[in-house]
Amino acid sequence: MKTNREIEHFVAPVEETPLLATDSLKTDQAPLSLWADAWRKLRRRPLFIISAVMIALIIIVALFPGLFTQVAPNDNCQLANSDGAPAAGHPLGFTFQGCDVYSRIIHGTQASLMVGVFSVLFVLIIGVTLGALAGFYGGWIDAVIARLGDIFFALPLILGALVVSQLPFMRENRGVWTVVMVLVVLGWPQMARITRGAVIEVRNADFVTAARSLGVSRLGSLIRHVLPNALAPIIVLATMELGVFIVAEATLSFIGIGLPGSIMSWGNDIAAAKSSVRTNPAILLYPAMALSVTVLSFIMLGDALRDALDPKSRQR
Amino acid sequence: MTTSDVIISEADRADKPLLEIRDLAISFQTGSGEVQAVRNAHLTIMPGETVAIVGESGSGKSTTALAAIGLLPGNGRVSGGQILLDGEDISQAPEKRMIELRGNTIGMVPQDPMSNLNPVWKIGYQVKETLRANGRPCGPADVAKVLAQAGLPDAERRAKQYPHEFSGGMRQRALIAIGLSCQPRLLIADEPTSALDVTVQRQILDHLEQMTSELGTSVLLITHDLGLAAERADKVVVMYRGNVVEAGPSLELLQNPQHPYTQRLVASAPSLASRRIQVAKELGVESDELLAPGTSPGGAVVVKPTMTEDVLQIQNLRKVFKLRSGFGKSTDFTAVDDVSFSVKRGTTTAIVGESGSGKSTVAQMVLNLLQPTSGKIVFDGVDTSTLNNKEIFAFRRRVQPIFQDPYGSLDPMYNIFRTIEEPLRTHKIGDKASREKKVRELLDQVALPQSTMQRYPNELSGGQRQRVAIARALALDPEVIICDEAVSALDVLVQAQVLNLLAELQSRLGLTYLFITHDLAVVRQIADHVCVMEKGKLVETGSTDDVFDAPQRDYTKALLNAIPGARLMLPPEVA
Repeated sequence: MKTNREIEHFVAPVEETPLLATDSLKTDQAPLSLWADAWRKLRRRPLFIISAVMIALIIIVALFPGLFTQVAPNDNCQLANSDGAPAAGHPLGFTFQGCDVYSRIIHGTQASLMVGVFSVLFVLIIGVTLGALAGFYGGWIDAVIARLGDIFFALPLILGALVVSQLPFMRENRGVWTVVMVLVVLGWPQMARITRGAVIEVRNADFVTAARSLGVSRLGSLIRHVLPNALAPIIVLATMELGVFIVAEATLSFIGIGLPGSIMSWGNDIAAAKSSVRTNPAILLYPAMALSVTVLSFIMLGDALRDALDPKSRQR
Repeated sequence: MTTSDVIISEADRADKPLLEIRDLAISFQTGSGEVQAVRNAHLTIMPGETVAIVGESGSGKSTTALAAIGLLPGNGRVSGGQILLDGEDISQAPEKRMIELRGNTIGMVPQDPMSNLNPVWKIGYQVKETLRANGRPCGPADVAKVLAQAGLPDAERRAKQYPHEFSGGMRQRALIAIGLSCQPRLLIADEPTSALDVTVQRQILDHLEQMTSELGTSVLLITHDLGLAAERADKVVVMYRGNVVEAGPSLELLQNPQHPYTQRLVASAPSLASRRIQVAKELGVESDELLAPGTSPGGAVVVKPTMTEDVLQIQNLRKVFKLRSGFGKSTDFTAVDDVSFSVKRGTTTAIVGESGSGKSTVAQMVLNLLQPTSGKIVFDGVDTSTLNNKEIFAFRRRVQPIFQDPYGSLDPMYNIFRTIEEPLRTHKIGDKASREKKVRELLDQVALPQSTMQRYPNELSGGQRQRVAIARALALDPEVIICDEAVSALDVLVQAQVLNLLAELQSRLGLTYLFITHDLAVVRQIADHVCVMEKGKLVETGSTDDVFDAPQRDYTKALLNAIPGARLMLPPEVA
């Protein structure tokens, strides 16, 4: 439908929008990898800064408890001090057994953190391997791994832990490693699921096909291309699970199937404090606070990482 | 508004602009401060007129149109100028007023028919929703009428179907029905057909044109295709980097582009330029010089030797996919049916077809990424299905792909150096130093600065990524390159650049291309031979000139006719 109306021919002066070379390369910025980009975003986020500082502090406490308290946690416990109020040199008071609360919290960090770190480590090794194989190869491998995971997934943590920790081997060797084992056995399917999903999303990307047609083997393309690109959700989950595992350890210790009483941990302290809740609730409050702050830090870090590693937020 | 007012304004309307955009500026609030997306945009649409905005991605064409209907994304705002609808400035109008205008006065046909219909509601309901929102009768008969007007056959039954039961073309018709259902005076069509096959595109645009001229609707058409714009619009507005650089009557603009950017655009538009390259070839002129004045890397003009050896022979190729249909049952779907053709060394063969024609499946089989159900692919005298793992590894060195999506084909975790080096490392060629030297050479070959090596794909534009993909494909000195829609995702100017690069590399390195594309205009620019595919079958083969000048089959004719701009008769000095 063409009209006869006069249409004016307008041309903008060239100076107003000088012509750029078609498709010129931006060279004014430093190159950015995914990690560099994520770091740039992270370092300005208060959520990340606070959680990172907290976690750094917790790690230092776990590694060098001697820096924070000179009071030995278990020597010199005097029943005269049972449930005692704070005194000079004992800022948080005394437990039912007359031990220093502050010192026990500081020294308990190590066990709690160790359980968290090692559980996540093993969950990563098992979960990522199985999840990646299931997602990448599909077919019967996927079916077997997925069903296997579902079996463990269906077990509630407490019930599962009760059963597993009653095995004779576990009963005789109770300690950090048995708790880690229980948590790994019950925790890997979650990681495997996330990995599987992330791998499925990436495996059909053009760059994987491109790598295959360059002659890269299937396993090679999984390790070199698919996994690195599926890493972001795995890292986020691992960070958050660290916090979750520390809580789980405390829960198990609280009901008496976690760490034995001889190992200082926040869970054990909370369990021991329950008998004095009515007389001196503070001694329950302090280890519980240590636990909450630690877990919160890891979950906050996971949140910050999730935002920073979100591929959708990256410039194209 | 009283009746007499309406009569007066009806009479006035004919020579008053319906929509006038004056000095429009739009800015977006981003993480790095406020960014100006549009500056000084001018635009006038008279009643009943069709105006097209043309520009590359990021030129601000969609943003301008969205501002006119008050649908800028949350972080965008009109920071200056006016948008006058019938003399009323709506650039800062309250949301309530905009809701009144939308649908009734300004309609919209969005870009992507696949994602713009709500999958959980029936088509009829979605039409009804629009009618009801604008206070129009919305009984089943009205809905069916609206759909029938948009050219949907059997509208009453169709209205009861869900979007997934519709093909892409039918969905776009439904969207057009929704856009026009309340008989708006202005219809904004944002790339209404860019996701559709050319023949469907043609039908839809014809129908849209017919409907809007019957209703006297003005149309603001947004497109990246200059040919399409010129064919469909009275007036073309060219936008570049947020500015209107040229506006005028469509034919005049094509014949006599004034602004250097428009000149560049007219020179590169494949639908318009195609014919010219044919002439140029006969004259023996290097195509670069014509397409991109000033950018041709002078010298090294090698006349393509005429070779006769078949490097690839495809014989009776068939591929059947099993489609799952409920419990353990499966139905056969023949994606590729009895396809035979051969590719001569040093030439370009294009496989053309619409979506679902099986052209990409052929490419996958040639690349040995999919096993054919029957038939043979003979590469350099050897049947590729008989290769063992080691031989396939060697085969991969000689046949390389370039994929469609420049955003998907490069690993975002690899910097450009690692990306291009990967094939060399995989095939254990050279040591570290010699590989780095080779990567530098390859970057030179694809005309990227060597400093690109340290960058990551997300920092590059689509065209630059496609160059990197080409460099990676060239790293192993292959003989055959399979380009699967390698330029379809690129802007016209960039597309022309990449096509030139491919042509230049072919003449320099004697490469053979198998070019898979849906775009016939591109085929004419680069291919020596064409195979036209329809629904898995080979419909027509022949030399490009033969197929274009004297197509034998109806399907080929329909495809050729559907190239936007093909019907434009440009004067000889331009065409």
